[in-house]
Amino acid sequence: MSVPALEARGLVRRFGALIATDDVSFAVQSGARQALIGPNGAGKTTLINLLTGVLKPTAGQVLLQGRDVTHVASSARVRMGLSRTFQINQLFPDLTPAESPALAISERDGSGADFWRVAGGRSEIIAEIESLLTRFGLEADMDQPTRKLSYGKQRLLEIALALATRPRVLLLDEPAAGVPEEERQDILAALAALPSDVAILLIEHDMDLVFNFAERISVLVAGRLMAEGAPDEIAADERVRAVYLGEDAHG
Amino acid sequence: MSAPAATATMGRVAAHLHRRARWRWPEIAFWLAVLAVIFALPSRAAIINEALIAGLFALSLDLILGLTGIVSLGHAAFLGLGAYAAAVLASQGFADPLLGLAFGAGIAALVGLVTAPLLLRGGDLTRLMVTLGVSLMLGELANRNGWLTGGADGLNFSIGPVLGLFPIGFTGQRNAALYSFVVLFILFAIARRLAHSPFGLALTAIRENRLRAGALGVGASRRIVAIYTTAAAYAGAAGALLAETTQIVSLDLFDFHRSADVMLMLIIGGAGYLYGGIIGAAAFIVLRDVISAATPEYWEFWIGLALVILVLAGRDRIAAAPRRLITLVAPRVTRGGVA
Amino acid sequence: MLTILLDGVAYGMLLFVLASGLSVTLGLMNFINLAHGAFGMIGGYVTALLMNRAGVPFLVTLPAAFLLPAILGVFLERTLYRRLYGASPLDQVLFTIGLVLMAMPIAAYLIGDEPQQVHLPSWLSGRIEIHGVGIGVYRLFIIVLCGAIAAALQTFLIKTRLGAQLRAAVDDPRVAQGLGIDVDRIFAIAFAVGSGLAGLGGALAADVVGGIDPSFPIKFLVTFLIVVTIGGSNGIMGALIGSLLLGVLDVAGKYYVPSIGAFIIYAVMVVTLIVRPQGLFARGDGR
Repeated sequence: MSVPALEARGLVRRFGALIATDDVSFAVQSGARQALIGPNGAGKTTLINLLTGVLKPTAGQVLLQGRDVTHVASSARVRMGLSRTFQINQLFPDLTPAESPALAISERDGSGADFWRVAGGRSEIIAEIESLLTRFGLEADMDQPTRKLSYGKQRLLEIALALATRPRVLLLDEPAAGVPEEERQDILAALAALPSDVAILLIEHDMDLVFNFAERISVLVAGRLMAEGAPDEIAADERVRAVYLGEDAHG
Repeated sequence: MSAPAATATMGRVAAHLHRRARWRWPEIAFWLAVLAVIFALPSRAAIINEALIAGLFALSLDLILGLTGIVSLGHAAFLGLGAYAAAVLASQGFADPLLGLAFGAGIAALVGLVTAPLLLRGGDLTRLMVTLGVSLMLGELANRNGWLTGGADGLNFSIGPVLGLFPIGFTGQRNAALYSFVVLFILFAIARRLAHSPFGLALTAIRENRLRAGALGVGASRRIVAIYTTAAAYAGAAGALLAETTQIVSLDLFDFHRSADVMLMLIIGGAGYLYGGIIGAAAFIVLRDVISAATPEYWEFWIGLALVILVLAGRDRIAAAPRRLITLVAPRVTRGGVA
Repeated sequence: MLTILLDGVAYGMLLFVLASGLSVTLGLMNFINLAHGAFGMIGGYVTALLMNRAGVPFLVTLPAAFLLPAILGVFLERTLYRRLYGASPLDQVLFTIGLVLMAMPIAAYLIGDEPQQVHLPSWLSGRIEIHGVGIGVYRLFIIVLCGAIAAALQTFLIKTRLGAQLRAAVDDPRVAQGLGIDVDRIFAIAFAVGSGLAGLGGALAADVVGGIDPSFPIKFLVTFLIVVTIGGSNGIMGALIGSLLLGVLDVAGKYYVPSIGAFIIYAVMVVTLIVRPQGLFARGDGR
């Protein structure tokens, strides 16, 4: 079996007496389409923060392509191929959809510290920006400041930026959250068109999206991994249904 | 997408990214106008010189406050360091102004480099306190070490001619203004290139959303240290110019009110597009001249009132009108600007 | 040496009374009020002017030195300050610097540049000896009075209902509001008391610092900020410890190593910020 693209081993995160992440171990294989689901407050975003290095674990390890990155800074992990999107858009309000990826691409190819040439001056960068914007349908708005875009387009940009770093592993935190009906299709289409060699871990509440997208599903409840398997296994799992039905019963 | 459509889009991307990098005629006109003023009003050379130096000082603050979003209450520290470095060098017999300029900028940059890590942890309030504390420490050190700085009495020194040809002492006031103009222009041009470079783009990203910048691989710490050091060098150069063209240094260069004044200049002119500091400095110096003539002791009161009104009215809205004009010509203009 | 220590303690107590209000507004409203020193100046002037021009006895002026700044504080808080509670730290700094820059020339215009002296009554002058340690009577008075004030504040916070509400509001204003606590009123009261204490402190400090003049707010601004930095913005005890530490270090420093002077307290502040940048201003910093 090949080295997993991303692996968590015995991750624990405590906040005082609260155990947000309770001995979580799982792996995401190269090129995988994996989803992480669980009720509200299960600790999904905390787990993402642990994997990306925004939070330090109380115990456990994070491995990226087999390398231990538990003590590596989060911006360094990005350079090693781990990228993420945020549940609430984290964009640059006054930069345009053309400028924001230029930033990511420059950082990636090592010209981020260049203080003399014009940003995005090189034709390879221009070509890459063009391809990225076209893929996400943003080329028409490329010169508008991000804050002027519709929410759906901003959400697309959110994903596009993460992709601009050419990650090996991409963590998507509720990409469809808050997107109005008429723009959801664009998100779904963008997800379906993501490069097949990138391992993707998707956090979502929307079960349609999850079952359409994922080849493997992990279920997180109260900080612990309760179940893991193929979509139909998970759908049939009694415990999972209890958790979700229990949630439904409370409204 | 078809190949011609892709190429067309690429053309749009390129044009968009370069749109403000090229010098446009209003900018060139601005600098020519400033130069013209120096030649047209030789009797006012001293105050023009002061405005140019203040403009450089405010530009240096714009690099950290406007571009990167780092607040500082102690930027005057670098002004004082640059001034005293140049003055001490001259008093030891090295009277070449360009040498003093480089030395002043270098010393200030060194201190900036050493103190930059203090800015990285904690938030805005911590940064305000740390920068204030450092500038006060340096002021106190300058005060206590009179053997080096001359203490309250100041230093006796004289400056040689620039490039051996252009005297900038009392008889060469217009030369002094031209000297300051050339230094300001060159440093401005460098800063302008920097703002449009990938490094400048990273700084803007750090200011607008540091979290996301990190998530895209930008190492904020190194960039902040780099720009802070650069800004310190610029402020040090301003200090050196001040010492050289006025042949005076005094301890009040380290004073808190210098840091407050330069912040006001930048706020008046608008932060984040590099011209704001220069425009604000000119406005400030001119206003001060006018108001001081009328009510010399109560100049402070009007500054205070201006600050209060500016903040209550909203810094953005005040600067919005001139900023819209500037949008046509200048480097990346942002709505939010600062903090 | 003990005399120096006691002098430092006295100075620290003064700083505590002067700066405690700043600590409260910072901890309670996350508001950086650089104009705090102006209230101290006003209190100092009240005492000096009442004594010098109206012959009012020293002790009698002290309540007035508390009340006038307190009332002014409430007025300013209701009209101006509350608009900026949610503003960025930079905006608050610029605004309050603006206020201070306005206050000082007004004082100079109304009262003049000359430092106004407070001439202590004879029963507060001179030195006494306690167990072989010499100390100025006034210094002793300051220690006792300010100590009593500190104790009263602490009792108020812990033992009274209003104090409990204040602590709740400091902890989490939104939750406190949800619990029915009138957070607005608490803010106003806290601001008033803080400004009043600053005024009282200014009155008490007048003799120690050589008189009150219009530059008082700026001269001591930095000292107040350092107290708040070192002592933290959560609670009376922190402000007290910070003030005492600072007072002792400053007095001892100037006595034993005069060539360094104020450098020590600035250095302590910077070091504190290096070591605990977040811990000191727990809620204030977003990023």
